[in-house]
Amino acid sequence: MDATILGFLLLDGLQNGVVYGLLALSLVLVFAVTRVIFVPIGELLMFAPLSLVWLLSGKLPGTLWLALVLGGAWALLARGRGAALPLLGGMGLLLVFFLALRFPPLAYPAVVLLVVYLGVASYRVFFQPMREATVLAFLIMAVGLHVAYQGLGLVFFGPEQFRPEPLLRGDAVVGLSWQGVLVLLFAVGSVLGLYLFFRRSLFGKALLAAAENRLGARLSGIPPQEAGMVAFGIASLLAALSGLLLAPLINAAYFMGFMLGLKGFVAAILGGLASYPVAFLGALAVGFFESFTSFYASAYKEALVFLLLVPALFYQSFRVRAVEE
Amino acid sequence: MKRWLAMVLVLALAASAQEALKVGVVVSATGPAASLGIPERNTFLMLQEILDRTGGVAGRKVQFVILDDASDTTQAVRNTRRLVEEGAVAIVGTTTTPASLGMIPVVAEAKVPMISLAASKDIIHPVDAQRFWVFKTPQTEELMARAIVADMVARGVKTVGYIGFNDAYGEGWARFFETEAKAKGLQVVVSERYARTDTSVTGQALRIIARRPDAVLVGASGTPAVLPQRTLKERGYAGLIYQTHGVANPDFLRVGGKDVEGTLLPAGPILVAEQLPSAYPTKRVALDYIQRYEAKYGIGSYSTFGAHAWDAWLILKPALERALKRADPAKDMAAFRAALRDEIEATRGLVATHGVFTFGKDEHLGLRFEDAAVMVRVEGGRWKLERTFR
Repeated sequence: MDATILGFLLLDGLQNGVVYGLLALSLVLVFAVTRVIFVPIGELLMFAPLSLVWLLSGKLPGTLWLALVLGGAWALLARGRGAALPLLGGMGLLLVFFLALRFPPLAYPAVVLLVVYLGVASYRVFFQPMREATVLAFLIMAVGLHVAYQGLGLVFFGPEQFRPEPLLRGDAVVGLSWQGVLVLLFAVGSVLGLYLFFRRSLFGKALLAAAENRLGARLSGIPPQEAGMVAFGIASLLAALSGLLLAPLINAAYFMGFMLGLKGFVAAILGGLASYPVAFLGALAVGFFESFTSFYASAYKEALVFLLLVPALFYQSFRVRAVEE
Repeated sequence: MKRWLAMVLVLALAASAQEALKVGVVVSATGPAASLGIPERNTFLMLQEILDRTGGVAGRKVQFVILDDASDTTQAVRNTRRLVEEGAVAIVGTTTTPASLGMIPVVAEAKVPMISLAASKDIIHPVDAQRFWVFKTPQTEELMARAIVADMVARGVKTVGYIGFNDAYGEGWARFFETEAKAKGLQVVVSERYARTDTSVTGQALRIIARRPDAVLVGASGTPAVLPQRTLKERGYAGLIYQTHGVANPDFLRVGGKDVEGTLLPAGPILVAEQLPSAYPTKRVALDYIQRYEAKYGIGSYSTFGAHAWDAWLILKPALERALKRADPAKDMAAFRAALRDEIEATRGLVATHGVFTFGKDEHLGLRFEDAAVMVRVEGGRWKLERTFR
């Protein structure tokens, strides 16, 4: 191992790590606010670039119909005035997609909107009706959704990978493409943005309050279901944007999202599903660890990465006493 | 009482409709192996149309009962049981190696001949009491590894690196390739693994480059095979890059683009059927298949995988004709299935799309290396015939 290889491995680890980091932040946020472990976030991440590829080749992706169906269910559940949001959103989505067929640059915002709508609708339709359930019940629902979305991903996009054009071409330095730089900048920007959102804006503070103590927040006039929708919205937004930026580097396919989400989950566990900074640092650690194990023992890489969970869970189980929900 | 009557009626109807010979087909039309399974299913749908039009085999109707196993071993086994119980005279399938291996005990117990569409040599070797009933059409890794090593030797390659899937496909290739390479005096200096779902293989690529092999073989299938090749190029590897025949589909070229230009791979001759010399034995049969498939499913839609299914039928059809002379499936199904198995094994010099099949008592693949593999290069985003081994 010489300095060049070390440098390449560190860059590679960093690039993977920040994406796991964003997913870990999303998972912690969603868990804190709603107690849902958002397993299908990996699928949402892949839906964005795959839908983009479909849209840019002049086809409407199946995810659009999925979003509209879920939106319809959302409107039915909400009824009355609450139905306005999903209905207007759904119509807006349809409009943007048809416009994007004519004006390709619109495809990017269109798929981001689609994924966010899908994420929020998933919460409203599947998780919110069971809001008093246990963490385990939420987890079972989330795993079910993951399986369903992955299966639908195969139906919508077929079994093979796709590679959208990168936004920026060429290499910044040897070992790091400009697209990779974009991923890093986006990660730094999102972390800063999330920090400012939670510290400076009233909405962010309300969200934090809801995460801290749902009953207390409710007594102070913060509706928990709205907080849940916002948390899912933010998580889906981060997933969609990371997916779009990452896809040209890794080739998107319906089956690729789960592993990304799972590694984000490992990082989130390292942070005890509670601490944002530790989760992000944990994600970077997972990235570096993965990069180095792939150099030294590629056959055991996956096993070693998931083995990281064991000490983290041990530590958590000794540190925290079991708390009743 | 009424229910009994109904059942007797149904059985009677079934008996009168039994004229049609049922051939069970199990393919992976969904799931991870769908890109292989879909053209196989399409081929049988096409065959059904052709047979309905031309009146079947030896004056008897043939019905393909096509079941999807979703790339899942358990489902494949369940499908096989069902097909056997429904009176299939033979089973064709399935797409993947693990599922095919799972089906072997079922067909052996029921004494039904089976023609697998999966790659591994383990499916038909050694021909023991169970594999007595099992044949297959696709080339084995061993046969294709032989083509790669022969090509490497011809190009003066001395050292090679390997990177492959960390599953049965990648491990199988590692085993056969490394054995064959050592036998021919090549040195395998580095052997790495990665997962289908991996988003980065930088570590593995760096390790390979550090050993400076003359050539690298990527033991992967479909579009996930692009990633190692791209990473190797990005990190400045300038040697030869080989892929396996698992990438011989248009999606690999689409996703790979410029990064896979110059790739060398072994393939069944049908991949470059038009470019084959006119004396090549399989050329006519292959072009016939391509023309029929494209007429039904569109220009450029054919793949080498669907052709394995076609080959299975090319073998099965004359065997059925001969077996029908020896036994009557309506009278004695067990005797007919046994006769059919014997007749499949008696196939000699049958020209198909992927090669010439000659089965024998200990030979249930029956492809000759010389006809069944060619080397292909990616040039200008198309497959170009590099050399044949005849």
